[in-house]
Amino acid sequence: MNSNLNLLIGLAMGLNLVALGSSRLPTLIRAMSAQGVMLGVMPLLMDHEPDWRVALVALATIAGKGLVIPSLLRRAMRTVQIDRELDPLIGFVPSMLLGAGGAIAALALTHLLPLLPEHAGLLLVPGALATMLTGFILLIGRTKAISQVCGYLILENGIYLFGLLLIKAMPLMVEAGVLLDVTVGVFIIGIIVDRIQRAFDSLDTRKLTALRE
Amino acid sequence: MKSLLLIMVPVVAAALALLWPDNRTRPALLPAAGSIHTLLSFWLFFDAPAVDPGAWLAFDPLARAVLPVVSLLFLICAWYGVSYLKERSERPNRIFVAALLAVLGLLSAGHQARHVGLLWIFTEAVTLAAVPLLHFNGTPRAFEATWKYLLVGGTGIALSLLGSLCLGYASLYGGGAGDLTFVALMSQGAGLSRPWVLIAWVLLLVGYGTKMGLAPMHTWKPEAYGEAPGIVGAILAGGVTSVAFTAILRVRAVVGAAGAGQIADHTLLAIGLFSMLVAALFLLGTRDFKRMLAYSSVEHMGILSIGAALGPAGVAAALFHVWSNGLTKGALFLSAGNIRRAAGSASMDDVRGMGVLTPRSAAIFVTGMFAVTACPPFGPFFSELKVVRAALETGHGAATAMFLGCLLLAFFGLTRVVFGIVDGRPRNSAKTGGKRFAETAGVILPPLVLLGLSLWLGLFTPRVLQETWSAAVAQLYPTP
Repeated sequence: MNSNLNLLIGLAMGLNLVALGSSRLPTLIRAMSAQGVMLGVMPLLMDHEPDWRVALVALATIAGKGLVIPSLLRRAMRTVQIDRELDPLIGFVPSMLLGAGGAIAALALTHLLPLLPEHAGLLLVPGALATMLTGFILLIGRTKAISQVCGYLILENGIYLFGLLLIKAMPLMVEAGVLLDVTVGVFIIGIIVDRIQRAFDSLDTRKLTALRE
Repeated sequence: MKSLLLIMVPVVAAALALLWPDNRTRPALLPAAGSIHTLLSFWLFFDAPAVDPGAWLAFDPLARAVLPVVSLLFLICAWYGVSYLKERSERPNRIFVAALLAVLGLLSAGHQARHVGLLWIFTEAVTLAAVPLLHFNGTPRAFEATWKYLLVGGTGIALSLLGSLCLGYASLYGGGAGDLTFVALMSQGAGLSRPWVLIAWVLLLVGYGTKMGLAPMHTWKPEAYGEAPGIVGAILAGGVTSVAFTAILRVRAVVGAAGAGQIADHTLLAIGLFSMLVAALFLLGTRDFKRMLAYSSVEHMGILSIGAALGPAGVAAALFHVWSNGLTKGALFLSAGNIRRAAGSASMDDVRGMGVLTPRSAAIFVTGMFAVTACPPFGPFFSELKVVRAALETGHGAATAMFLGCLLLAFFGLTRVVFGIVDGRPRNSAKTGGKRFAETAGVILPPLVLLGLSLWLGLFTPRVLQETWSAAVAQLYPTP
């Protein structure tokens, strides 16, 4: 059971590097949505006896992170006719190296954290740390709004990975609320992206500099 | 039941606003819902309900100490909103009115949330509900402000979720059964895993601190307050920040129960002083009077954070400051909105002589400025005095000196901008701007009432309020 879960987490961590290293937005979105589907499958692997609430979380995650959000992002991408991140603030190779270094550091760091025995053999915590770091690198290092939204989603994915530690103990109502909020947030961000496009005719957030001291 | 109505009434009104067909009469829903809300919250304030300790959502002493001022502020802003939206009848206000009411409902829920996850959900929802308010003006600058608000606020809210999860893990690791109400976490006390509690504290302080606007996570604030209508600034500065502040207080109580209260207090003090310093320095540089209000808000969030670091007396002073700052800031934002509309710009470079063009708004603005920079006998003077006294009693001499120094710098910065726009002769461009701005009762009375309340709060701080603040402190610092 655990080895399957760890395999999936390892794959998700690999997708982080794909997301960091690609200049094409469709690749970034595909990596993100594949990661979303993997995240959705994980709770099913964790529980021995089937629980409909866990199944619901899994279904909602796969639908939200794997299908709805990526298709919204693709639509946004078509509207603004941008499919490449041309000149990121942090280059693709440096961000990949940073992400890989971060993943190694996360693996090393996890030994310092006190974990319950049933979680000690899992890659959930290092996976969460590495994924959150990936999200931050994308948020800070990319200039196109769509890449930043992807970065934000990957950051959320990392937090979700951490949340899986608590899926048994924490009331699932909270989990469902989390998912709902994430989706709504992206909806709104999507609208904003659309509006920014109309207002600036470019999706370059570096041009958002009218307001400064 | 009544405490649930506090949430339901604005939410139902928001739904009604979405369905209401007429753009002209729709804003009347704001004062209607605001009145019922204020009535309910003061009813609960004077007739405090018994709180079931395990309840996830209840009008507990901390909610009782803060929520009434939020609903009072909202009610007065709602009256202002009716006149404001009448002037702006060219813009559809369906989403604006609905979002404003939704914010009120979610704020009521956030103040009453006694569960870590629930509190996070409501804070997140408030963040999202405020988005349409920020780009009401529809200008490119407003979109830019909204984008920054979403990115910074979204990251903050993500970190506070991570912090909440860490707090959950601290409880789980310490053998907790998965009950994440603040009461349960506090009773687990030293049983919570200390490393996880500390990680959670840092993340939650950064996360909710972003929502509050503590430096260095304040960067969304000048943009958002600078571009949003004055009424939105008033409600964000007086209402939304207060829910983040009570969230920090609730988490601080858990961290204190887990035996790490001293570390928490040190970080709160440091981040509070840093916020005051950053705000004071930016106040000396800014040339935009709406952004000035944002930096002043950062400064006052710093004061709240410092108060929260100083033990029971400091927390009581900080709760007092939530009231006095919320009301005074409301008066400033509303009068600044008037001046902004009359002048057609918010920059010192273009605006001058507003004492001639809008004498009443300018008078309120100047008086409000003195009130917010802690001139007696307004509320902020007495609440800040209490913070200073708490600091001296707990032996924070150096911090007090820095606190007073920042207040002085902020005073210089604020007077520079305020007198820059009020004094002098009006510019020609402002006078030839077509229709002249009329200072009707609808836009003058609300800020005047807020200023009056701030004065009243300073002169005659009611005993019942002081008792409420003490009760809230007793909830946060339970005697074993």
